[in-house]
Amino acid sequence: MADTTASNVEPSPRVENGGLIQAITSRLVIAVPYVWLLVFFLIPFFIVFKISLSQTAIAMPPYTPVAEGVSDFFGKIGQFSFDNYLWLTEDPLYYRAYLRSLEIAGISTFFTLLIGYPIAYGMARAPASLRPTLLMLVILPFWTSFLIRVYAWIGILKPEGLLNQFLMSLNIIDTPLIILNTDTAIYIGIVYSYLPFMVLPLYSSLEKMDYTLVEAANDLGCPPLRAFWKITFPLSLPGVVAGCLLVFIPAVGEFVIPDLLGGKETLMIGKTLWNEFFANRDWPVSSAVAIILLLLLVVPIMFFQHYQAKSQEAGR
Amino acid sequence: MKSLGSIRRSFAPWTDPKAKPYILFENITKMFGDFTAVNDLTLGIYEREFFALLGASGCGKSTLLRMLAGFEEPTSGRILLDGQDLRGIPPYRRPVNMMFQSYALFPHMTVEQNIGFGLKQEGMPRADIDKRVEDMLKLVKLTQFAKRKPHQLSGGQRQRVALARSVAKRPKVLLLDEPLGALDKKLREETQFELMDLQQELGLTFVVVTHDQEEAMTMADRIAIMDKGQVMQVATPAEIYEAPETRFVAGFVGNVNMFEGKVKSRTADTIRLQGASGAEIVVANAGDAETGKEVAFAIRPEKIRVSSKKPASDANAMEGEIYDIAYLGDMTVYHVKLVDGQVVKASALNAARVAEDPLTWNDKAWISFRPDAGVVLTR
Repeated sequence: MADTTASNVEPSPRVENGGLIQAITSRLVIAVPYVWLLVFFLIPFFIVFKISLSQTAIAMPPYTPVAEGVSDFFGKIGQFSFDNYLWLTEDPLYYRAYLRSLEIAGISTFFTLLIGYPIAYGMARAPASLRPTLLMLVILPFWTSFLIRVYAWIGILKPEGLLNQFLMSLNIIDTPLIILNTDTAIYIGIVYSYLPFMVLPLYSSLEKMDYTLVEAANDLGCPPLRAFWKITFPLSLPGVVAGCLLVFIPAVGEFVIPDLLGGKETLMIGKTLWNEFFANRDWPVSSAVAIILLLLLVVPIMFFQHYQAKSQEAGR
Repeated sequence: MKSLGSIRRSFAPWTDPKAKPYILFENITKMFGDFTAVNDLTLGIYEREFFALLGASGCGKSTLLRMLAGFEEPTSGRILLDGQDLRGIPPYRRPVNMMFQSYALFPHMTVEQNIGFGLKQEGMPRADIDKRVEDMLKLVKLTQFAKRKPHQLSGGQRQRVALARSVAKRPKVLLLDEPLGALDKKLREETQFELMDLQQELGLTFVVVTHDQEEAMTMADRIAIMDKGQVMQVATPAEIYEAPETRFVAGFVGNVNMFEGKVKSRTADTIRLQGASGAEIVVANAGDAETGKEVAFAIRPEKIRVSSKKPASDANAMEGEIYDIAYLGDMTVYHVKLVDGQVVKASALNAARVAEDPLTWNDKAWISFRPDAGVVLTR
């Protein structure tokens, strides 16, 4: 057969000269998200970082400024005190809270994926005319306040709540299940609240997939279930990863759900931070907690993104 | 009339009354809701045959193929493969493989893994798989691309990977859904012959679905012309072209001129046809056209001669005027408007570089043809 590889390299499209205005506009468009990130992420981050280096004081705000202005900050770079960070390592409370948060977020993410995947799969395979409606249904809970929905779960899960009444009326149990104020309630709350964030990216990657690939696998002797693991699942991995990140990251720092549904002894970093900030009024330590949390989340994600970009590059 | 056989002269099991079809569609009907995709269709395909299903889109040819592959079940009727009823057998247990129109290559697997996929499902030992994959890569001349992913290949290479993957399991029947549809014209022509060679080499039965008549004519031993879920005619390419059975088939394959008329008289095999405008046509090999019947006389443009002078014989000569000329390089197609207003296409091969009898627009011209140059169609 004729070898056509060599002739198949297409020249890259070249930008015509004279498109100066166009070039400037396109730069501006690109600049918008960067400016956004600078103003609403990097500068606040820098302020929090600065506070984390200071000491508590009885003042307004309740800490001694580490430096006056940016130039002063850089001038004093050698004299920074990392006492607040050292403090985090000395008290096992923080270490355990971080670990527990990661654990709860990890388990919740797993269950969200387990429940979200079949939903997304069903949606993607539904008749095309039905899909917008299904999509709407997934997004529908957002029309009610998040806080109210979490409160509703208290009504469902409490000992005399709807769930227990229902199970007892069916004679499945005779004493109410204690779910509220346990870790189980936290899992239920997180899985419920974050399910749409899992379903949507999964749906978009499953919907894009060419179903003939599954037919081709069947045709080559692969039964449906195995075809799912060999073809459908690997091809939906970008959606799986996106969904897991969208659930895992906010779940680690979750405060409202453990506060309302979890027990007094539930230790999550969001709650610890809240206590440090509002109960203790220790802004510097709570800032340090926040910075460490950020590093804990951002670093693995950056590694992951870098690795993914590289493997994509290699695949090209 | 001389027999119009297959290109492979020795291969014609359909003429042997004792030969049994390898694949048999028996009274197959397939409904999608209210829509009848395939309508009470019966068709036999023989072992080692290169069979083409030709028709416009929506004629049911792809549905037929998908039923053979097992992706659709017939609403009624049965499909036999080598005597075995295929009803209820899922696609992954059928000894047929399909090459998809979109190729359906697995994007997350290399060329090698794609080709080996079916063998792995069979549980073939690793070493045997490697050997077979290597052979297949050699067969389609892609050995140096074994480790590439599909998106790193050109369209033609992808087509060959799809082909290698679908024949790797040595299926009894290979189904090809528009196998060359996505290739450009030049590559398509080359690949047609490669497919034919491959079919000979592997000794498989090929069933190809196509809407491209040239493709079907080039490759197939026999062609089934389909329309509205039914088979209009099953025959060799030459028969389809030279002896179509219906107006639809004559019009569908190639260019044709159609003269409608009534049979005036009949002697043995020769009939006289009275055209609508009064012109008389003499036709040999009249088939079963009886006197008084409304029939059509179909004749291909290349079988009509155009000249500026009146032909010596009066029979089958008609006067007209050059209405349009299409110069195609290898031949010229004249559109001649007859006295009664009908426009007849006649093509002349440009054998000489400069024609000795140049005709141009609005010239008076005569068309003529031999009595056995066309066919009489009663349906």
